[in-house]
Order: sequence, then structure tokens, then C-alpha cells
Amino acid sequence: MIIYFKRAIKDILDHRFLSVVTIITIAISILIASAFALFFVNVSGIVNSWQRGIRIMAYLEPNSPEIKLLDIKRKIQDIKGVQDVQFISKKEALERLKDQMKHQSSLLDDLKENPLPDAFEVRLKESFQNKDQVEMLADQVKSLSLVDDVEYGQVWLGRFTNILNLLKVTGYAMSVLFFLATVLIVANTIRLVLYSRREEVEIMRLVGATDRFIRAPFYMEGLIQGALGGMIGLAALFVLFMAISSNVEQGLTSGMFTIRFLSWETFFGILACSMFVGWIGCFLSIKQFLKQ
Amino acid sequence: MIEKQNDNSIIRMFHVHKTYGAVKALIDITLDISKNELLFISGPSGAGKTSLLKLLYYGEPVSEGQVLIDGMNLSRISYNRIPILRRKFGIIFQDYKLIATKTVFDNVAIVLEAIGKKRRFIEKKVRSVLRTVGMERSIHSLPPTLSGGEQQRIAVARAIVGDPKIILADEPTGNLDEDSADIILNLLKRYHIRGATIVIATHDKELMRKAGGRVIHLKQGQIQSTQIL
Repeated sequence: MIIYFKRAIKDILDHRFLSVVTIITIAISILIASAFALFFVNVSGIVNSWQRGIRIMAYLEPNSPEIKLLDIKRKIQDIKGVQDVQFISKKEALERLKDQMKHQSSLLDDLKENPLPDAFEVRLKESFQNKDQVEMLADQVKSLSLVDDVEYGQVWLGRFTNILNLLKVTGYAMSVLFFLATVLIVANTIRLVLYSRREEVEIMRLVGATDRFIRAPFYMEGLIQGALGGMIGLAALFVLFMAISSNVEQGLTSGMFTIRFLSWETFFGILACSMFVGWIGCFLSIKQFLKQ
Repeated sequence: MIEKQNDNSIIRMFHVHKTYGAVKALIDITLDISKNELLFISGPSGAGKTSLLKLLYYGEPVSEGQVLIDGMNLSRISYNRIPILRRKFGIIFQDYKLIATKTVFDNVAIVLEAIGKKRRFIEKKVRSVLRTVGMERSIHSLPPTLSGGEQQRIAVARAIVGDPKIILADEPTGNLDEDSADIILNLLKRYHIRGATIVIATHDKELMRKAGGRVIHLKQGQIQSTQIL
């Protein structure tokens, strides 16, 4: 193994130009693919943080008897997925509204009667904070007696879920496309390397070298070039991330969400993918080359 | 079927034909080469000398007939056993076939690396062989920086470093001046004395006269005559 590794390093140095081309090709592909991954991770994070704020407002029928409130609260609390339930009286609701309206709160001063209903604010457990579960829970709450209506931001929740799903599908599709494109580019670059070394390979065969002996350093080269390309691509991504993350954080999320870099797991996952790309590109080229 | 192999034969060709499309390169060649024999295959350009050598190391398959090399029937050889066959040979090419980007040491060492020899053994053996061919001083040189004669000596070193049973040489002195040709011939003769079978394809009559041995004359792909010098 060490001999193959040394041969691979020596071969990379002996064929610097084509090796550098291969490494740069991998680095650019990894940079683009990991930029998508970074974008996806952060958008998912933002959407998830919004989803964590999901609550169901259960508005009660006007003049619901106070004696029944405790019973309704207990029934809501018993629904699977509910974390806690808080009663908000119509008076408290009006106060909150005034609070939110701040300078326009004087508009509410002329009201002769409080038009807001009593309500329960229902917070959900984390595993239930998705569109389908929220809808199901809302239906259950709405079916209770004295509950007039429920509201949980149906429209925006639906929209964000669709956007998130679209991003997921796009992310997977882009990853597959980039993977295939990178493999093909690397395979072709390595084919150029092999072509420039065809005489060397032919001589090796003539002196009794097995295909395994010929292939091993090329595989090692593929892995090394993949690792170097991956590291360069990720390093470039990190530099770009450092340069633009603070602006994006202030501009898009108003400081409510911290844009973060890839986790160590994702980082090493991408690096492993990069090495795999180097290897598989090499594998495909040399397999075809040695058949000739 | 091929006849039972003579115990002393290391190479047997039995009614071998080789065609390239419509061109008949070799026609009905039947030939026995004994262990430790020095054999010349002579003939004009295009007579089939190189084609014959290629069939021996399975550079190309025969079109018809059978070839036996040290007990291996090449008509039935599997892809995986071709390297094992080739390790029986040391091959010297007219155009040397040295790897231009590797040093003299690496060019010779590749034979031993391919069969998995240890680094220390390789270092020792390659230096010893380069000393034998008088090229130890050029151990770190790249082949293109050497003269034709020097490159051919490196090719000889590569051919003998694995201690093969058979040396095949295709016009080994074709591009060399007389002094360089003598050096190559002497190296081959030394290795022959040590027990190897040497098969040389050449049209150099002077070389054959100096070396002695059996000469097979080829003409238009057929054996015309056999002569002992």
C-alpha cells in the first residue's frame, strides 16, 4: 500500500499539469455542489426555526360559559402532540392587539364592545410541527364543542412546506447531476492522463505487470486528487462564506437566525464524496483503457 | 493436437499462422527452441521476424496453430495468466521502449516492482544489473538524455533484471554503431552462458557471425532454411 501511495505521489508530481487540471476540476465541482448544500442547510434551518413558532389558535364561540373552559382546555391538552395550552381571554387579546399596533392603538379606543373572542393558544410538540400534523391537530381541536374556528397560518405554512419540499427535490437533483457531471469530467481528465501515459502502461504490461499493479497507483492518484480537490473546494467555500455570511445574516434574517457553515459531518461527507468521485472517475477510465 | 513436448524444448511452435486481414505475416511455422539455445531469426524487412517474436510473448494471438512456452499453451491462456507468461521473458525492443519520464533506475526496477519484490532487494539488484551493463553512473538520468547505445544497454538491463528464462531481442543492434553493438552482443552472450535461452530477430549478418548459434531464415512469412554457425 505504501509503495502504491509513493508511486501515486511520484506520478502526480511527474504529470503536474494534468494532475492540477484534475484537482481544479474536482475543486470547482465540489465548490458548486457544497455551495448548494450550504444554501440548503441554512434555508432548512430558517424554515425549521419558523416552524418551531407554529401554534394553533382555537377561537371560542361568543359567550362560551366559563365553567366549560376548563373542560375544553383539558380536552385539548389530551390531544396527542399538544405541548401546552394557554387560555387567552378576549380582554387579554385586545390588550395584545393594542400592544402590537403601538402608535395606531388609539383606533381601538373608540370600540364600544370588544369584538375579539376568547381563545386557546395551543403549542405543539416538535415532532408535530409540520404541515400534515398541524392540520390533523387543528381539525381535532375544531371538532370540540364551543370551538368556533381555528387558525394556524394555513396559507403560509402550506407555502413554506411546498418551498422546502421544492428545495429538497432541487437539492437532491442538483447533487445527482453535479455528481454525474463531475465523475464524467474527472473520468475524461484521467483518460487524458492515461492517454499521455499509454506507452508507460504498455511497457508495464510487456514486463509482466498485472492489471492490478497498473491500476493501483491510478486509483490512489484518484483518491489523492479527489481529497485535494475536495479540500480546496471546501476551503474556497469557507472563504466565500466568511466574506458574505454577515451581510446575508443582517439583510435576510434581520439577525433572527445565525447563518452557519457546514457541520463536520457534512464537511467530511463531502470530502469522502470528493474522494469517491476521484476514484470512480479513475475506475471508469482505466477499466475502459485496459480493455483496449 | 500438439505433440508431446521435448523435455529440452522451452519454446515450441506448431503449424503457426498469423494473418493481419488479408496479409499473411507467418505461414505454417513449426519450430522448436531448446533451453539455453542461442537462436537468430533472420530475414529481410517484412519477413515476419517481429510478428514471430510477438506471438511468443502473446503480444498478439496466433491465427492458427499452437505455441507452447515453457509448458504453457498460449492457445488456451487466460487473460490473468498473460503477466505470468511475460515474466518468463526479458524483451529487448528495437526502439528500446523506455519510459521517458522515469529515471534509469525506475525503468529497470519496474520489472521487480511488478512481481512484488521488496524495496531493499530491488535497490541492490538494479544497481548490480546496471553495473553489469556499465550504466551505474547514469542511474538517476532520464532515458532521453542518453545515447542510443546507452538506452539499449538500459533495455538489456531491464530484460535481464528479473532473471528470465528467455530473452527476446528484436533488432537489438539495429540503431547502434559497431562498438555499441558489440557491447550489447557481449551482454547477451554473458547471459546466455548463465543458462538463458536467447532469441534474436535481426538482419545483421555480422552480429550472427560473431555470436554463432542456430539461424532460422524467414522469407515472406515462411521458414526458408536453418543454419548452424
